Amino acid sequence: GRLGARAELAGAFGKLLVANRGEIACRVLATARLLGVPTVAVYSEADRDAVHVSMANEAVCIGPARAQDSYLRGDRILEAAHRMGARAIHPGYGFLSENAGFAAACEAAGVVFVGPPAAAIAAMGNKSEAKALMSEAGVPVVPGYHGQDQSMSRLTEEGRNVGFPLLVKAVLGGGGKGMKLAQAPEELEDALASARREAAAAFGDERVLLERFIERPRHIEVQVFADAHGNAVHLYERDCSVQRRHQKVMEEAPAPGIDPGFRASIGGAAVAAARAVGYRNAGTVEFIMDTDTGDYYFMEMNTRLQVEHPVTEAVTGVDLVEWQLRVAAGQQLPLQQEQLQLSGHAFEARLYAESPERGFLPSPGTLLRWRTPPGAAEFCWDADVRIDSGVHEGDAVGGHYDPMIAKVLARGTDRDSALAALHGVLTDLEVGGLSTNQAFLRRLATHPAFVAAELDTAFITRHGAELTAVPDLAPEVAALAALAAHALRVHAASEAAVSATSGRLTAWDIPDSLRLGYEYAADVVLRRALCGTPLSARLTFARDGSVWIQGSGGACFDGTGGASFDVTARHIAVGVEGGALTAELDGRQFAAALESYMHGDEQVLEMWVGGEAHEFRAPVPCVWAREGAAAAATGIVSTPMPGRIIKVLVDDGAEVDVGTPLVVLEAMKMEHAVRAPCAGTVTELAALAGAQVDDGHILAVVVPPDADNAAAAA
Amino acid sequence: MDSLVERLRQLVATAVRGGGDKAIKRHRERGKLLPRERIDALLDSGSPFLELSQLAGYNMYGKEEVPAGGLVTGIGRVHGRLVAVVANDATVKGGTYYPVTVKKHLRLQEIAERCRLPCVYFVDSGGANLPRQADVFPDRDHFGRIFYNQARMSAQGIPQVAVVAGSCTAGGAYVPAMADESIIVRGNGTIFLAGPPLVKAATGEDVSAEDLGGAELHCSTSGVADHLAENEAHAAALARRVLGNLGAAGAPGGADAVATAAAAGGSAGSSMAWEEPLYAAEELRGLVPADPRQHWDVRAALARILDGSRMDEFKALYGPTLVTGFGRLFGQPVGVVANNGVLFSQSALKGAHFVELCAQRGIPLLFLQNIVGFMVGRKYEAGGIAKDGAKMVMAVANAQVPKLTLMVGGSFGAGNYGMCGRAYGPEFLFSWPNARISVMGGDQAAGVLAQVEEAKRLREGKPWPAEEQAAFKAQIAERYDREGAPEYASARLWDDGVIDPADTRRVLGMALAAALNAPPRPTTFGVFRM
Repeated sequence: GRLGARAELAGAFGKLLVANRGEIACRVLATARLLGVPTVAVYSEADRDAVHVSMANEAVCIGPARAQDSYLRGDRILEAAHRMGARAIHPGYGFLSENAGFAAACEAAGVVFVGPPAAAIAAMGNKSEAKALMSEAGVPVVPGYHGQDQSMSRLTEEGRNVGFPLLVKAVLGGGGKGMKLAQAPEELEDALASARREAAAAFGDERVLLERFIERPRHIEVQVFADAHGNAVHLYERDCSVQRRHQKVMEEAPAPGIDPGFRASIGGAAVAAARAVGYRNAGTVEFIMDTDTGDYYFMEMNTRLQVEHPVTEAVTGVDLVEWQLRVAAGQQLPLQQEQLQLSGHAFEARLYAESPERGFLPSPGTLLRWRTPPGAAEFCWDADVRIDSGVHEGDAVGGHYDPMIAKVLARGTDRDSALAALHGVLTDLEVGGLSTNQAFLRRLATHPAFVAAELDTAFITRHGAELTAVPDLAPEVAALAALAAHALRVHAASEAAVSATSGRLTAWDIPDSLRLGYEYAADVVLRRALCGTPLSARLTFARDGSVWIQGSGGACFDGTGGASFDVTARHIAVGVEGGALTAELDGRQFAAALESYMHGDEQVLEMWVGGEAHEFRAPVPCVWAREGAAAAATGIVSTPMPGRIIKVLVDDGAEVDVGTPLVVLEAMKMEHAVRAPCAGTVTELAALAGAQVDDGHILAVVVPPDADNAAAAA
Repeated sequence: MDSLVERLRQLVATAVRGGGDKAIKRHRERGKLLPRERIDALLDSGSPFLELSQLAGYNMYGKEEVPAGGLVTGIGRVHGRLVAVVANDATVKGGTYYPVTVKKHLRLQEIAERCRLPCVYFVDSGGANLPRQADVFPDRDHFGRIFYNQARMSAQGIPQVAVVAGSCTAGGAYVPAMADESIIVRGNGTIFLAGPPLVKAATGEDVSAEDLGGAELHCSTSGVADHLAENEAHAAALARRVLGNLGAAGAPGGADAVATAAAAGGSAGSSMAWEEPLYAAEELRGLVPADPRQHWDVRAALARILDGSRMDEFKALYGPTLVTGFGRLFGQPVGVVANNGVLFSQSALKGAHFVELCAQRGIPLLFLQNIVGFMVGRKYEAGGIAKDGAKMVMAVANAQVPKLTLMVGGSFGAGNYGMCGRAYGPEFLFSWPNARISVMGGDQAAGVLAQVEEAKRLREGKPWPAEEQAAFKAQIAERYDREGAPEYASARLWDDGVIDPADTRRVLGMALAAALNAPPRPTTFGVFRM
């Protein structure tokens, strides 16, 4: 039992150091706490106030924000472990988790590395050698020919053995060059010839290899566990086929639509794979499954705890982190294979700071609102609704580290009920301050093909248009947005006034816009963030407190193209701190949650209503209006997101065309060119290579030539 | 009353339409906002606007209509602080100043000075109305007084801010020039002593309005304006910024003492620091009987105006035709003096006593006028009602506490004086739509004048047929009725506005808070005739 493990683990480790951050550090810390193991967190200078720091008993700063200077510094982490008296290190995932050198260094320093032996990490780290190893161990690998004999006859013969469709690849290939597909034997000769030609031309080396081409692959992986006593089990499989650019988006366990025979077979193969490399602790064997043939092949083994491990926990009732710690402490696996049962179905959706509707543009920012549905558990291996995150409101997300905000899990007795529950959680979750893929995940959860479990790795590519479509805005929602924007304005003004007068209230402080003898009207102009469509409305306030809202919007606004609305709102109430608005619109009651903040030179309004999140923006005159001659036509260049300036491409005074890249910004592990908004002269260049900047930071001003003339003429 | 309120609403609706649809369309095409929209953009979002004298100029110039006097004035809140606002309505005769426009502008400045409210002038005016220059230009309370007031208020530390959103020609140029800080809108705002046509005529120089007095010139070269706004929204934002940097100037001074006293009462807090009346404000519309001769108890109005419908009456049993007492209005203590019938000697003595009390204690006064006058007749003259009335007038005239007057019915004769009529300088004076103001009632006047006429005819031995006499009387009564009507009075700024009774509490509350912006002044009384 757990109580017994307690004393034992604490005795074995002294303290456990968690060499990671974010949700996974929190996840590990949560179990360590349950097991009574004292914990040490490490953190970078950017993470001083992070959640994982507050969850540990002790915490040590290991360097600057950059991961290379902190979370990837094995030496500092070991030093911290030594200093704090931690005799075990849990690496989480990412960072040093699959670094054989670090695992070896731990071993050398007499510190328990909560993971596999360095040798196993190394063996699985080399992908082609790993395949050879697996092949020897009888684990199916994708059929192919990697031989030295490059004669046409040998290649043709091997091609027949591999089977079709078949891919001919240049040995030195990359980027699709020298890669040819042969659908059937009769196409092989042509494919070989043209692949060789291209390979010779591109790489000066005409050697090729052959590989079975799997047209519609599913990604199925198996959770395995092994201890130091020769026990190895699998904890069933997960389906992670829904990916975008090899980044998993949605995972589930068990894999839908497979029979017990397949399950036993793939599980057995995974255990064999683990045994073949002398594996210990938690690992995941990834397979590719050919949906046309039902065959599966070894792809690689991840020698760590995976991001998506909670779906396995949900359907097996096992706390995988507890097992990790027990195995690391030298204990036996708590359960044997026959004791492990699958029960129910679970989904995990990864919530990222990105905007699928804008081509999955990364959108790092500050998490201004983070409200999880009541009843959602955190880091709990046995919960029907679980949200694992390492953030709290006010945290910056996606700047220095991973853009994942949270993992949203739901469990049900079967796939349909689990999916319905997941949709419910994704609906109730309120995330504000940055764009996320929440709506995308919700659409995914209700997509007929996903509901029907028609899964393969091209799912998102195939259904991308529907999944990223910008939905129409209902007229009531548009009216509500206008009402909300106004209400927030009033609320902010009211707060400011009350604070300016030290809370002394008079008849002037009733924010009812009273006008004598006529009705007050206010105009609201917003832009829908997703599609940029303008939305304008006139609010007329009647004496009885009702508001008449007339407005219009653009094409993506009501689907009919008519794009106008005329709604009367009654019984309007603005809630605590202006964060809630209820109103009856034409007899229908709406309750909205609101968040409002500045982003660059715009006021952002986020609104959650009826399970939908909406984002609107409005320019703020005080900020955008620059004083002086050129103001009317100047192009202000500002950073679209927080990041690091890695290159400044122009000098002050340079003449540029519209669209000329001015500055290269690195954000979310990607480079973004910041371009000239108009043609003209670069002035007020305030970009410095290497500088870390916030979003909305003004980098330069491009003054159009005619603005100069206008100024001179004036 | 409902029909009177409806009529008031129609008059106000007409007034706020300004120069009409065509003029508004032309105005908007230039990217300009209407005066009330400019004010809306200036004020704190959602805060109220106490617009004054909406009926100014109504029916005053024959066929020429000058809605709202061509000028919007009022008080509003910016960054939590009260400011007085004047905005020309360029859709009304190009925003030129009629005599009533000048009077309205000066009245707002008078209020601002009395209440020490920072002034914001949205300027968009062609200057004096040339055909009426004799009634606009030369006299003490004519056009020049505007700048005189600006200079004097500036000297007193009452901030003067101008936003030039249209033309500012000739005398008008002095509004921004005399301001402490001024903002000018690119493209629409121009300031010059003489416009291009006059320059051409005078010197032959050919120059565009923008080059002669545009925003760029005045902000970068002449220094006549301080801030350049790219458009109207920006101008409002800049004006708010200017008003955010006033420091202590124009900050509430007088309110502190009273508010502290109110807080001591126990109900101060971050939420509403007052109790609403127990009865709905809308019921105020139903209080007044259709027949003005019918008596109604003024306490019924007070119950719908004062906090918690509560008043601690003073001398309830003495001189009962005048109701006096202490109550609160939005948490602020007020002393109420309200007519409940004809004024007798006792009522006047009680009134004088109570006004003295309030002056002594620094409690603002609220007068509710519904008065046909002091009691007449031998007995009362012999009782010295004139000297008792004089005592009340003496007390009211000299009490240096904020005074608000509301006409809820008749305001006739010396009653108007004792009850703090216009001549007694209340900070604000409002009327209900049923109010009547004249030296005496129409019927009484007709009776008096008929007697005079009859006597004259008797002396001359001319007969006066009954029907002629009736027609004579009817004509007098009709004239008194017309000239005593609130829209006639309000058009001439005898009050600061006619209000819907349902708005009474709010309007008085806002006016009181504005009046309390000024620091307290000491009171000294003159000689009371005993």
